Amino acid sequence: MELFGIFIAAAVINNFVLIQFLGICPFVGVSGKLSSAVSMGMAVTFVMTMASMVTFLIQHYILIPAGIGFLQTVAFILVIASLVQFVEMVIKKVSTGLYRALGIFLPLITTNCAIMGLCLFAVMKDYSFIQTLIFAIGAGAGFTLALVLMAGIREELELADVPETLQGAGITMIVAGILALGFMGFAGMKF
Amino acid sequence: MTALAASILAMGGLGAFFAAALAIADKKLRVEEDPRITLVNDALPGANCGACGYAGCAAFAEGVVQGKAPVNGCPVGGQDCAEDLARIMGVDAGESVRHVARLMCRGAVGVARDKADYVGPSQCAVQDLVSGGSKACEYGCLGGGDCVEVCNFGALEMGEDGLPHVYDDLCTACAACVTACPRDLFELHPVDREFFVFCKSHDDPKTSRAACDAACTGCGICARKSEGAIVVQDGLAVIDYDKLDPSLIPLEKCKTNAIGWLHPEKVPQPVEAGASPAPDGKASS
Repeated sequence: MELFGIFIAAAVINNFVLIQFLGICPFVGVSGKLSSAVSMGMAVTFVMTMASMVTFLIQHYILIPAGIGFLQTVAFILVIASLVQFVEMVIKKVSTGLYRALGIFLPLITTNCAIMGLCLFAVMKDYSFIQTLIFAIGAGAGFTLALVLMAGIREELELADVPETLQGAGITMIVAGILALGFMGFAGMKF
Repeated sequence: MTALAASILAMGGLGAFFAAALAIADKKLRVEEDPRITLVNDALPGANCGACGYAGCAAFAEGVVQGKAPVNGCPVGGQDCAEDLARIMGVDAGESVRHVARLMCRGAVGVARDKADYVGPSQCAVQDLVSGGSKACEYGCLGGGDCVEVCNFGALEMGEDGLPHVYDDLCTACAACVTACPRDLFELHPVDREFFVFCKSHDDPKTSRAACDAACTGCGICARKSEGAIVVQDGLAVIDYDKLDPSLIPLEKCKTNAIGWLHPEKVPQPVEAGASPAPDGKASS
């Protein structure tokens, strides 16, 4: 039940994109098409899960025993960036299909603040390994949810008669804002 | 002092470990890919903004090389970038001939007959959905100007005859109009190609004659002496430009002038045999 609570909290109540405003760049950039949005969401979820596991190990087996917790941010950046690059290479070599679906999005999210934020949050909240894992999957699901919602709306917007001054970025910002307002409705939920 | 030593050791160790891992992976896991992807990628602004609809510059570059994305699809790079990409792609594709869009319909106002008065949104896409617009021909130009609307280069203009006109100098063959036209009337052709069938009607002869004075009725007179260059398919003459010798075609026998020269005034009438003004050797793209 506690794990479920962590999942829901990360996915909806504290949605990374719409409540914490992390990862806004891909949220606006890759939400033009539903198919791209789904792929991006999957890639982010994948990287979040990988990164949270590795940074958990780094934090608890290198940084804390050595008493250098203050190097957390630098170490995490290094680890996440290298890890994502490495995973990209492996995917490219092993599976062209998977690379087409996920790989092209990976370089975009190596140093995405949503990933970084997730790893730092997990440490801050003092989660165990399993909790960190669930937290990461929840955050990824929340990110995918936000992206897919946005992409769905933007695909409909293509057909809508948007006032000329609001076309493009303007209406996108308004939609994002309204979505964020909508997600604030979850704020009171407690598990 | 221990914290300093531990920091240096831990960060150095992590850095060295990942550097080594990536270096080895780069050697072991290298995948050969089309070198043009790198070229195109280098020519792009590298903002990874996603405004092209792709996941980033690298994905867009791949799309361009595979022919899925238009060379002018990068809104950030603008015209310069589009020209760079066109050069990279154009040279490699072995295409030195510039292409332009051509409208395959001559159903101007007064030439094509109306079946009804159309009142409603003027966009071709809407007209095509709702009632097929006002014209009796189901294949002809609707005159709504969707193509003019999508042209980023100002190469199209709605003429007074209700048909869009192409400015050859401005057309970049981006094919936006080809996609936009709900009736697929635009085709990309080499800029010096002058000989076309200006109709897309698959109607039977009676219907097409009734609908439009410029329709191809599919009579096949042009095909008879063309030595296989013109074939009538489903009521419409289709040209195979690889085999075409325009001087063989008895143009004067085409009652509707559906087949003929784009600029009749520019064509020197081929009195001597073989003086073909349209040096066509390449298939249309």
